[in-house]
Amino acid sequence: MTEKVLMKGNEALAEAAIRAGCRFFFGYPITPQTELAAYMAKRMGKEGGVYLQAESEIAAINMVYGAAGAGKRAMTSSSSPGISLKGEGISYMAGADLPGVIINVQRGGPGLGGIQPSQSDYFQATRATGHGDFHLIVLAPSTVQEMTDYVFRAFDLADEYRTPVMILADGMLGQMMEPVVLPEPKTEFPEKPWAVTGHKGQRSHNIVNSLHLQPERLEETNIERYERYARIKATEQLAEEYLVEDADIVVVAFGASSRIARSAVNKAREKGIKAGLIRPITLWPFPEDVISAAADRAKAFLTVEMNMGQMVDDVRLAVCGRKPVEFYGRAGGIIPTPAETLAAIERLAESLEGGAR
Amino acid sequence: MIMAQPLNILLAGFGGQGILFAGKLIAYAGLIEGRELSWLPSYGPEMRGGTANCSVCLSDEPIGSPLVLEPDVLVAMNQPSLDKFADSVVPGGKIIVDSTMCARLPERDDVTIFPVPSTQLAEDAGLKGLASVVLVGKMLREIGFCDPVALDQAIVKSVPAKKAHLLGKNRKAFEIGMLNEDGDSSPVCSLPDGWVAE
Amino acid sequence: MSKVVFERPHALTDLQFTYCPGCTHGITHRLVAETLDELGIEGTTVGVAPVGCSVLAYEFFACDMVQAAHGRAPAVATGLKRALPENVVFTYQGDGDLASIGMAETVHAATRGEKITIIFINNAIYGMTGGQLAPTSLPNQVTQTSPFGRNVDNDGFPIRVVEMLSTLDGVALAQRVTMDSPKNVRAAKRAIKKAFEYQIEGAGFTIIEVVSTCPTNWGLSPVDAMQWLRDKMLPYYPLGVYKDIKADGFANVAEAAAARAAELAAGSAAPAEGGEA
Repeated sequence: MTEKVLMKGNEALAEAAIRAGCRFFFGYPITPQTELAAYMAKRMGKEGGVYLQAESEIAAINMVYGAAGAGKRAMTSSSSPGISLKGEGISYMAGADLPGVIINVQRGGPGLGGIQPSQSDYFQATRATGHGDFHLIVLAPSTVQEMTDYVFRAFDLADEYRTPVMILADGMLGQMMEPVVLPEPKTEFPEKPWAVTGHKGQRSHNIVNSLHLQPERLEETNIERYERYARIKATEQLAEEYLVEDADIVVVAFGASSRIARSAVNKAREKGIKAGLIRPITLWPFPEDVISAAADRAKAFLTVEMNMGQMVDDVRLAVCGRKPVEFYGRAGGIIPTPAETLAAIERLAESLEGGAR
Repeated sequence: MIMAQPLNILLAGFGGQGILFAGKLIAYAGLIEGRELSWLPSYGPEMRGGTANCSVCLSDEPIGSPLVLEPDVLVAMNQPSLDKFADSVVPGGKIIVDSTMCARLPERDDVTIFPVPSTQLAEDAGLKGLASVVLVGKMLREIGFCDPVALDQAIVKSVPAKKAHLLGKNRKAFEIGMLNEDGDSSPVCSLPDGWVAE
Repeated sequence: MSKVVFERPHALTDLQFTYCPGCTHGITHRLVAETLDELGIEGTTVGVAPVGCSVLAYEFFACDMVQAAHGRAPAVATGLKRALPENVVFTYQGDGDLASIGMAETVHAATRGEKITIIFINNAIYGMTGGQLAPTSLPNQVTQTSPFGRNVDNDGFPIRVVEMLSTLDGVALAQRVTMDSPKNVRAAKRAIKKAFEYQIEGAGFTIIEVVSTCPTNWGLSPVDAMQWLRDKMLPYYPLGVYKDIKADGFANVAEAAAARAAELAAGSAAPAEGGEA
């Protein structure tokens, strides 16, 4: 089963989720992720699963909350404005320690924004998906193959750490087709003794809940959750390094913009500029170890994003003042070109030589 | 001779002209030949009857940006698309034009232009709606980006099972493009021996 | 020789209720628990607690429980029921939760015919937050946020929830009950049990509205609150069965909806009665 097939990113997300054992999908139409829902609508019935178009994004995430509470692998998908609506439910899932997968095929914002690809929900995904002290694991694929691989992984991570996991994609990755090798369907799943399935008179009642009126008890749950986050930070950071070893300028980019950055890095190398690329794959936990290590060797960093500068904050935290960290980005749904990204690398290279004074 | 260089293709026209489908044929041919490729459509409300375009990249290396801004090959199926994108074609590039739909050709002498009345040719042959496939045939003849057999397999893969009766028509449209001599210099690709369209 | 004549239902935990004196949450909890006992379904039931006074219901019911975000209980219950089609799923919601912030979830769960049971507590006020205007507060009713009485020009009109939901094809049972007398409590029990039975039989969406008291936020003694319920609430929210597809001779909402569609189609084909325009 290693045959390559041609699939749209949105469809690959759906197929891989099904192969990961997801049998409950709750969604609401929004561009540019609609193919995902349409694919699920066609496939879920045949897999004995449930596809349900909810009355709103809010209802959809709460249906995920219910199905996940029952111990099932469940998922919802949307695009930026819809994810804002899901923020409440995501916070409740985090508070109730429920696993589940949320897909964000990002588009430009704020507000209704536009429908072209964007990465402007980085802050929302890594900082403030909803109220309260919590994090999601956030995975950022950059190819259709990675859409497949990481949604498959997302369900395992969600179950292992009892946390919602977000796939942060964008309209470009969702809409494009590339060859993919699909994973073998998963057949074995972890036990979930905490799930509400009816106690059958054999145990005391399970409760899925995020309410703790005693401050001490609530603090305990927060501390326990952050201990789990510490384990995630220690073991799950993931990044790809490309030509970083001898790089003077390390470009940092994720998802769609990393593809453009890679082209620009190659062109910079052709021009004799020692550029490299670090591509964070987990946005939370942010791969600070890799960035921090690179800061020992590199002369400067350039963060390239499809927004006004969000991940650059995390790069600066990881570099911690040791080297300059610059930013280049396009917003509004515009994909930066390799040429303008190269120009940003060249400007930074010149400034390092003192030529830009 | 099959070229192995990376090839960035931009196809553009009105929604409904088969732009995305033509791009898909090229992408599938790449898949069948085991190459790296990407296919990226424009999307959104302008797709409902407005302009449609589609970027296809073929390469032997992983594809960086899938968005084709400086195409090696432009396939233009209407005047606005031709006017909009003709200047972005790289020097030495190729422009394949549906000349039924485009009266004015670009004034560039550093690119090769192949005007093919594909809409007319398709209609004359009873293949209404398959002009884009004619242009893919023409593109293959002039650029030879894949083995014609791979492209035929791509047609088989791209025509959905419930529309199997359209398979022969697609092959016929492809053949018309492959045999077209308009603007022809020295074709780099031809139909395989013993080819039968229907 | 002693004989047990009254005991705590098995489907209630040993915890003491936290409800105010005179509040009818306690009786309603008991009736739901008795139903779970009598139908032998405590072990296969999952309940959903709302946000509001009954937020702690997850501690009181001995079946598996889920606590939901404000108003989202019907969506959570939908996820649960779709994941556990063989189990019994109920929500327990107040008027602010169900009819204000959660109205969309309520209406859509109803129209989908989700096989869940909603126990809807209508006491015409937000209890937990200290007595604010509710979607079901009566015209001229004084609350913390309608200090001069509910002004319908400004605040609009109260919602009669079961009447409204009874227009939807997905609803199998919509009934309004109250707890002001032993007779009415017994009637309420029969209604609640029927709702769970309908769910188990796969009939469709079921909702029991319980017209309830809130002596604390109404500013009345328990006895006076009960009288206020009789004098003010019941005339506005009449008790009764607003929809019962089984009583109408249908096995489930699909059958009832098909019959209704056929009836309407026949009606539109024929000239309207007295139909000279």
